[in-house]
Amino acid sequence: MTDSTQIALAPAERAVRLLGGDVTEAALRLQLEGLPGVDGVGLEQRAAALSTRSVKEASKRAALDAIIGLTDLTTLEGADTPGRVRSLAARAVRPDPSDPSTPPVAAVCVYGDMVPYAVDALKAAGARGDGTRGEGDGARGEGAPGDGARRAGVRIAAVATAFPSGRASMGVKLADVRDAVAAGADEIDMVIDRGAFLSGRFGEVFDEIVAVAEACRRRDGGRAHLKVILETGELATYDNVRRASWLAILAGADFIKTSTGKVSPAATLPVTLLMLEVVRDWRRLTGERIGVKPAGGIRSAKEAIRYLVAVAETVGEEWLDPELFRFGASSLLSDVVLQRQRMRSGHYSGADYVAID
Amino acid sequence: MTRLSVPKTYKLYIGGAFPRSESGRTYPVTGPKGEFLAHAASASRKDSRDAVVAARAAQPGWVGASAYNRGQVLYRIAEMLEGRAQQFTDEILAQRGGRRTLAAAEVESAIDAWVWYAGWADKYAQVAGNANPVAGPYFTLSTPEPTGVVAVVAPQDSALLGLVCVVAPAIVSGNAVVAVAAESAPLSAISLAEVLATSDLPPGVVNILTGAPAQIAPWLASHADVNALDLTGAGSLEWVDLEVAAAETLTRVRRPEPGVPPLTLERITALTEVKTVWHPKSTR
Repeated sequence: MTDSTQIALAPAERAVRLLGGDVTEAALRLQLEGLPGVDGVGLEQRAAALSTRSVKEASKRAALDAIIGLTDLTTLEGADTPGRVRSLAARAVRPDPSDPSTPPVAAVCVYGDMVPYAVDALKAAGARGDGTRGEGDGARGEGAPGDGARRAGVRIAAVATAFPSGRASMGVKLADVRDAVAAGADEIDMVIDRGAFLSGRFGEVFDEIVAVAEACRRRDGGRAHLKVILETGELATYDNVRRASWLAILAGADFIKTSTGKVSPAATLPVTLLMLEVVRDWRRLTGERIGVKPAGGIRSAKEAIRYLVAVAETVGEEWLDPELFRFGASSLLSDVVLQRQRMRSGHYSGADYVAID
Repeated sequence: MTRLSVPKTYKLYIGGAFPRSESGRTYPVTGPKGEFLAHAASASRKDSRDAVVAARAAQPGWVGASAYNRGQVLYRIAEMLEGRAQQFTDEILAQRGGRRTLAAAEVESAIDAWVWYAGWADKYAQVAGNANPVAGPYFTLSTPEPTGVVAVVAPQDSALLGLVCVVAPAIVSGNAVVAVAAESAPLSAISLAEVLATSDLPPGVVNILTGAPAQIAPWLASHADVNALDLTGAGSLEWVDLEVAAAETLTRVRRPEPGVPPLTLERITALTEVKTVWHPKSTR
């Protein structure tokens, strides 16, 4: 035990800045275990209070469009086929064919082997601007907010590193990442090794994220964005969620993501709020902006609006940008489209009027 | 010591639960001489939306139950109603006045209506369906299938029987119903809901809203997730507007009719769609 704590970890830039000098397991542990504990009752109370906001008419309309523009439209099934990915891409570009004013979603999220089909489908739909590729330089300091609006087209996110369990050897995980990046993924959603994290082997988790971040580099010098999935449903306590968030940010995550969607509970408002607070603290400490992605279990527009409120109240409205906040969802889009139709037509719409997931 | 009576506040029946109106509104229910009876919930636009959502969720399971099973559930409703006949008689008397024998007769008719429609559950398809004569080496079969979610405006001048005579024929084939009860007689409607809630009827198959039909019905008529609109009790409303709104989303409409509708097979088949399947003939 005493030996392992002195082992030097990969020199991730952020960790070097924060921990100073050599990044060792001991230094990392000191940092993570030195974080203040989470007031769980207060957190849940705060989340519940934020859920009571009433958002109506013009604000609701704006919120619905914002939700669509922040959505990672996801299909992560064993039964996925190229055809399903193509239809997903079509929905991503045009969520409501009956209303051309509907904005496209931020990204489609698929398994690594489905990336080529997503690339082809989005190219065919003209929704694959090359302008922003390779620009992803991780968390940025001040400036250039709102470039999401100018972002061309729909991005492609791929889950990697033996999603959803994360149980594979390091070589396999890195190959998984490189494969998806080479196929054209703009963003990589990796899972952390929860087993290692819960056993207290923070250094192992840290090194893994650093290695995956390195594997996100493209040949042309650009980098795929890295989203780190904490799988908060398996982390057991709020304190662990806070530690894991810090760990992921220190190791170089561009985004911290709640869940794979395969474990219940998936994203909850208190957990997302907690992660937003970590991101806010990191911003105060370093000026860098890290993204947050709640994923799984957000099915209704009403629920999604609560997340928007939490974001705006915790880190500010500038975070309501696809570069800094995303929803990972599959059925959410249908409900948002239904609500848009309701607001446009004045009468309630039905499931027959939106695309089948 | 004298005992104070506790005036009851009747709530809505949505998705197998008894929620208050989302709007928080209630209205006083009075007897024939204007005396106060109870408060009833006044359903709002959002209550009608919630009821449609509940009905839509319940419908596949209800139509998926065997016809025999649906019939048994309807029989059970009749049994439960029979057991509470006294209460229903008292409520009808309180709301409508008149002679006790007439009120008791209405409850008996309502029980009989449930039994009559329950019997059709596993028979209507045989009577309304058909093996069609076709000129070709194949045959076709037509069978009625439930329309889906049916919104019903119950007869406004009947406390109990009218509601039963529009709800029972709609659910017997496997539809799920959102019923707007008679505004002046919500007590019988919600007591009927209490019967339904304890009769093995899956939650959401029948949803009962009380309040002003003129406020609730337009939202149900224009709702795209409502497949059929039974306006039997909407004679005093602007029902042409409701029909126009329903047409916008291709909703099947049944026009108003006066009084309590009679028990007919046609009421069941009116809320079904005919499905015709093709089958090749054997060559030998």
